[in-house]
Amino acid sequence: MTMNNHGRPTSPDHVPSDRNLDTVSGSRGLLQAEGLIFEVGTPDTTGVDLPKPKNRTGRLGGVARKKGTGLPGLSEPQAVRHYMRLSQKNYAIDLGLFPLGSCTMKHNPRLNEKLARLPGFADIHPLQPQATVQGALELIDELAAWLKTLTGMPAVAMSPKAGAHGEFCGMMAIRQALIARGEGETRKRVLVPASAHGTNPATAVQCGFVVDEIKANEIGRVNMEQLREKLQTSDDIAGIMLTNPNTCGLFESDIREIADLIHEAGGYFYCDGANFNAIVGRVRPGDLGVDAMHINLHKTFSTPHGGGGPGSGPTVLSEALAPYAPVPFVVKDEDGVFRLVEDMEGDASESFGRMVAFHGQMGMFVRALTYILSHGADGLKQASEDAVLNANYIQSRLKSVMTPAFDGYCMHEALFSDAFTAEGIETIDIAKSLIDEGYHPMTMYFPLVVHGAMLIEPTESESKAELDRFCDSLESIARRAAQGDETLKGAPYLAPMRRLDETKAARKPVLKWVEPNADSVAAE
Amino acid sequence: MRYLPLSPEDRAEMLDVIGAKSVDEFYADVPEAARLKGTIEGLPNYQGELAVERHLSKLAAKNRSASSGPFFVGAGAYQHHVPATVDMIIQRSEFLTTYTPYQPEIAQGTLQTLFEFQTQVAAMTAMDVANASMYDGSTACAEAAIMATRVTRRKKVILSGGLHPHYAAATKMVCEAQGFEVVQLPAAIDDENALADAVDDATACVIGQSPNVFGTVTDLSKSAEAAHDKGALLVSVFTEAVSLGLVTPPGEMGADIAVGEGQSIGNGLNFGGPYVGLFACTQKLVRQMPGRLCGETEDADGKRGFVLTLSTREQHIRRDKATSNICTNSGLCALAFTAHMTLLGGKGLEQMALLNHEAACDLADALDAIDGVEILTPRFFNEFAFRTPMDAEAVLAMLDEAGVVGGVRASRLFPDGHMGDVILCAATECTTPEDIAAYAAALKEII
Repeated sequence: MTMNNHGRPTSPDHVPSDRNLDTVSGSRGLLQAEGLIFEVGTPDTTGVDLPKPKNRTGRLGGVARKKGTGLPGLSEPQAVRHYMRLSQKNYAIDLGLFPLGSCTMKHNPRLNEKLARLPGFADIHPLQPQATVQGALELIDELAAWLKTLTGMPAVAMSPKAGAHGEFCGMMAIRQALIARGEGETRKRVLVPASAHGTNPATAVQCGFVVDEIKANEIGRVNMEQLREKLQTSDDIAGIMLTNPNTCGLFESDIREIADLIHEAGGYFYCDGANFNAIVGRVRPGDLGVDAMHINLHKTFSTPHGGGGPGSGPTVLSEALAPYAPVPFVVKDEDGVFRLVEDMEGDASESFGRMVAFHGQMGMFVRALTYILSHGADGLKQASEDAVLNANYIQSRLKSVMTPAFDGYCMHEALFSDAFTAEGIETIDIAKSLIDEGYHPMTMYFPLVVHGAMLIEPTESESKAELDRFCDSLESIARRAAQGDETLKGAPYLAPMRRLDETKAARKPVLKWVEPNADSVAAE
Repeated sequence: MRYLPLSPEDRAEMLDVIGAKSVDEFYADVPEAARLKGTIEGLPNYQGELAVERHLSKLAAKNRSASSGPFFVGAGAYQHHVPATVDMIIQRSEFLTTYTPYQPEIAQGTLQTLFEFQTQVAAMTAMDVANASMYDGSTACAEAAIMATRVTRRKKVILSGGLHPHYAAATKMVCEAQGFEVVQLPAAIDDENALADAVDDATACVIGQSPNVFGTVTDLSKSAEAAHDKGALLVSVFTEAVSLGLVTPPGEMGADIAVGEGQSIGNGLNFGGPYVGLFACTQKLVRQMPGRLCGETEDADGKRGFVLTLSTREQHIRRDKATSNICTNSGLCALAFTAHMTLLGGKGLEQMALLNHEAACDLADALDAIDGVEILTPRFFNEFAFRTPMDAEAVLAMLDEAGVVGGVRASRLFPDGHMGDVILCAATECTTPEDIAAYAAALKEII
């Protein structure tokens, strides 16, 4: 036993073997219990000091709220604690490797946050006179130029709010181009691989198209035979939506041929750019025959994911689709003045319309441009290569204990099937066990074309030491899974919560707090 | 390069483990003709923080920020004061740098704040349930229209003449892509309840706004009743969330779906985005809702916890049968919203709403006193339209020279609306008596 300088022991004599001991407070050491604001706040409290109003409501004309919201407030110290305590129950990329495949959890530089908060960007109104926002329009134009150059595409629509919104933009441009050709009613079929993100088929349907699924071949790429077959009757083909690199983490080796076949069939090639981060600086989508591709600024260019957004999905367009780009967009006049084209006339007379109020995710544009300028052409290329190298390193280190879904090298993410697990042990058990090891799980059960899929994307942000530590953990879990270790099924044991009952949540959804004993609107 | 931890030695060692000679081998599937040699031409190489900061600061300095002088622009985005605490909270790494809470055991922070957000939005709109946010108000409006067609199995959507034109355009675009008919009622400052006369047996929903784009507040109950009589839904829209503290909320008017922009609470102007779309509806429509939903459940030890739920509506499960293609939403902006609301509480929201209304009343009084100015909005919350005897664009330009950003010309939003002499302006708790005096003095000088 060690003593401190008062002669008192610094470690206890008896360490209980059960570490799940209950506490009176419900807290567990640094992990503080925290109720809902409706349980800790009171309706009379406010944590904002505002001037006292004079209670004039004359100009409302009687259109006044009858019943108050009844919402509680918290004083500032209470509010700060509330959110700090909750924050401690979240995993984050700033805490450790976040290998969520296809989601690209890379480091979020703080310079991006700092610059997005400059009043000249954060405190300007989308409808103030354009002469007073020339710097903002110039920034949009500068980012647009980078995106066009990096993709080798002639045009970019900046207003889409996220990846799926960018898909919508690209598919609407295709729809408009078909209408302009007089084939809007006849060309309705969109080919979508089975491995696609769910947003792809959902987007196609939202644009009025019909989805026709193509299977993957045995090496994880588009089945060319089936593609040719589907194109035999091609007068109804609107286009294809293809992710490249695809969701199996593989580059579509036949991509040029796919593009040619689609074009010959009279359709357009939409590329889902969710995985652009693997190829920046190595290949330009414009050289692959792509007609439209969204870029997730929150993936490739590291604007933070923020627990589910905001995203930003600028969409690059080919010469053929550029005339149909949505309004608004920025143009630079000959006198060097930047101007917003907001109405569907002149430069925008063929535009398919407006997708959203105002001009897109400016806050994300600032962050993305900051990231791009910080990296430069050389850094962006190196980042892609490091992301791919890291993924291949993980694949190599784990291939003896786990089952790679496909042979050969991968791009920026390594995909495994659950073939190596003993009966009864599933992908979810491996994922939840990673939580106990201090990691966020990989993407699980996606893509759908691989049984029990585990998709691991380390990104370029990880050092070799971090990768080794992660591989050691996952390797150990994989061995236990292969041996049929039943304890995996109870994981996680060490997280703030044990496994949560999602079935119960969906059966009788409780979607808001209801005062106990109040008239229940608990959901049906 | 400061963001890349691998050293050249690491890279060599890793390639060795993999058994590859260089990273080029990983890119072997790229068609030969498309492979880029070296770095892309014409682009600069990496730069340090100082250089990047210098460049971006130069661009920022070319913009006039709202706080730098008297500022009266509204029409869908509003200048409000956001407590410093809010920005501190959303910059916490654990919130800022995490993903959609797919793994609830290690995402209870995000999930609990979403559950609180949903409860707050439901209470503010006086609706039964709210989702975990949409991109913004305009896309929420479009999603509401599509949801109504799904619920009613009808194909016609009617938009009021006071619906924000950007919202109308976004909704029209989405609806028409899916083969639905959109009827746009003529632009009108005070005729939201024209929806009641327009609704028919083929109508899926009528969409009205209060306060509308001209600032007019309207009790839409009449439209709700008429819609319900015909088996249609009322979608009630707002662009100014602070109004919910004072103005009749959607739920008190019989709305089936309430959508709006949440930017005013917790979020800065940001030149139009990112913002946060609010989406609420009645209990019986829950399963037709778009977007993420957070629900309460228990863990294996019986402890209360929260998860994303009803995901069988969503694209990652339902694919082409999903209620929407939305995936990423506005998580962090929703956090800013809920944190600001938690500080305000119901009482603070009401107080803030009153201050907004009073500032707008003072502004209207000051402008109304000027010869030639006609206030057009009969009942308003914090913004209104007024007519000037001159072209609005010229007036705004001259105001600008006097240091006053006086509002938006109505013709920017309604290019074909014959409103060349109309200005839309807003006042908030940020507006001082001096700002109002400066506006009135400058305007008087001009006209």
